[in-house]
Amino acid sequence: MTHRSNVNYAVLEDRAKFIRTETVRLTRIAGAGHYSSTFSCAEILAALYYAQMRIEPSKPNWPDRDRFVMSKGHAAIGLYPVLADLGYFDPSELNTYTRLGSNYGDHPDMKKVRGLDFSSGSLGHGLSVGVGMSLSGRLQGRDYRTYVMLGDGEISEGQIWEAVIAAGHFQLGHLVILLDRNGLCIDGHTEDIMGIEPVHERFAAFGWDVQRVDGHDLPSVMGAFDNLPAGTTGKPQAIVFDTVKGRGVKRMEMSLDWHVGNLVGEDYDDVMKELEAGLMPIEPEPAE
Amino acid sequence: MTTEMQNEAEIFRGTTEGATRFKDHRSVRGTPKQGMPAFVLGEELAEMAKTDERIVVATADLASANRTNDFRDVHPERFFDFGIAEKNMITAAAGMAACGLVPYVATFASFAAILGAEQIRTDCAYPKMPVRVIGTHSGMSMGFYGSSHHALEDLGMLRVMADLTVICATDANHLRAVLRRSVDHPGAMYIRLGRGRDPLVYDTIPDVEIGKAIRLREGKDLTIIATGSEVRAALDAAEVLAADGTTVRVVDMHTISPLDRSEIEAAARETGAIMTVEEHNITGGLGSAVAEVLVDLPRLPFLKHGVPNRYVEVGPPAALYDKYRLDAPGVTAVAREFVATHG
Repeated sequence: MTHRSNVNYAVLEDRAKFIRTETVRLTRIAGAGHYSSTFSCAEILAALYYAQMRIEPSKPNWPDRDRFVMSKGHAAIGLYPVLADLGYFDPSELNTYTRLGSNYGDHPDMKKVRGLDFSSGSLGHGLSVGVGMSLSGRLQGRDYRTYVMLGDGEISEGQIWEAVIAAGHFQLGHLVILLDRNGLCIDGHTEDIMGIEPVHERFAAFGWDVQRVDGHDLPSVMGAFDNLPAGTTGKPQAIVFDTVKGRGVKRMEMSLDWHVGNLVGEDYDDVMKELEAGLMPIEPEPAE
Repeated sequence: MTTEMQNEAEIFRGTTEGATRFKDHRSVRGTPKQGMPAFVLGEELAEMAKTDERIVVATADLASANRTNDFRDVHPERFFDFGIAEKNMITAAAGMAACGLVPYVATFASFAAILGAEQIRTDCAYPKMPVRVIGTHSGMSMGFYGSSHHALEDLGMLRVMADLTVICATDANHLRAVLRRSVDHPGAMYIRLGRGRDPLVYDTIPDVEIGKAIRLREGKDLTIIATGSEVRAALDAAEVLAADGTTVRVVDMHTISPLDRSEIEAAARETGAIMTVEEHNITGGLGSAVAEVLVDLPRLPFLKHGVPNRYVEVGPPAALYDKYRLDAPGVTAVAREFVATHG
């Protein structure tokens, strides 16, 4: 594990908490939202946007910026607050979330949201977008990285594997998969619905460099980013982040009931208090 | 297989008329290349790319079939073969477009439009990415390859998508004009081509405006609105009908979406009847699009001519065009019957 001396982990931890509390707040506006699959990637998003990506929020179209594609688009509710916080748009706009005519819907729309590099919603497309962005970067002599966040259920889509093959073939060293391996899809555990393990070996078999780390431990998350090579190796990079769906709220952790949900009344207040208190260490599963 | 055997096989398939020899890739089985829309595709794009660095080209393991290899030979660094992975190719093109490039991605129409429909809508049309999806070998031009390779639904599927321009290239010269016009056209486009063996309609590169039909012939008894490979058949039919004393206006409706409504209104106002001709299922394509305009106008005789709403038989293309009455004699006969019955 690598600790960066210039990274303030307390700040990143606070931003991950912010992603979760904003998710709860915005979900109340909408009346329904994707809590658990946003909570599972909160530390990854925080580390990526606040400490890793080469971006300039005052210049959202800067050609040399790093790109990010939120392929698991239903986690947009956690991305919007980050973009607002960084200055891409006024945070007050988020209060329109999902209202008629709002720029901010359940899935991210690049035509409407400043700072978004691409739209998503239909699962399985984002990595192909990343392939195209990486090819463009190389053709235009730019060294930006393209990060694509994938859900673990999402990678059952065949198009993902078309893109995995293409990235290896085209030697896209500047392309990075961030796999939110939270173990659940809508209908159940991924391994029961459509198994993907050993997923890191599968990426490796297609010619990708693969790391697998705890996606809630910020030093580990940052360490994985630090370990990415310069991009000139020609090998695309995958980071499998082992995460817990619903991480941060006990009743939501690994619960099938909170893929989409809505907290009201005392439940809302209780969850906000729990999130404010901060993450508790993940307890090991009791031996059977 | 010897050259002679190959040529005999081609004649048997009905895809050529009396081909006698192979030549280099400047011609295909003896037919001059400039008469073949698909086969000027790579050449024209390569020429355009010499002065426009944004242009990139991709295919899905069909570089020879659609002649995008003519582009690859000139601009190898700007050519990407995605292998047999059409969905990835179309979405990746959208990713390239998001970074300032203008990608042209070409594969068989059935795979481009039907397999890739969601990618065209969600990743190209909706975010208004300047991706040009080119579907070659459209309609039933793949003949005996069967229903998987026929694209008789692509226009119906794609013309309902907002912010997607849908164009049928008429012939090689028309294709060149469309390609030149396409570079700076806003948003995504689908460009439908035949198999590359379509007869010429335009002797020179025409002045094409996307979204504006081209009136090729005047007449007052009937207007035939045709698209793509059927424009030639419509013109030939009009010539025959003129000898009967029936004058036929012929309109090349090369842009299916957005449709040139004013040209249809003019035909309805100025000629006796309207007939559409397309190498496409009569449900959902050009005929349906024209009908959507006519329903708002005073009633007049109208006939949709195309492929019936069922999967067509296999066979040599020429035999299929004959069977479904989409060759010149077939269109002539259908038009003659229509004129006789409505009037």
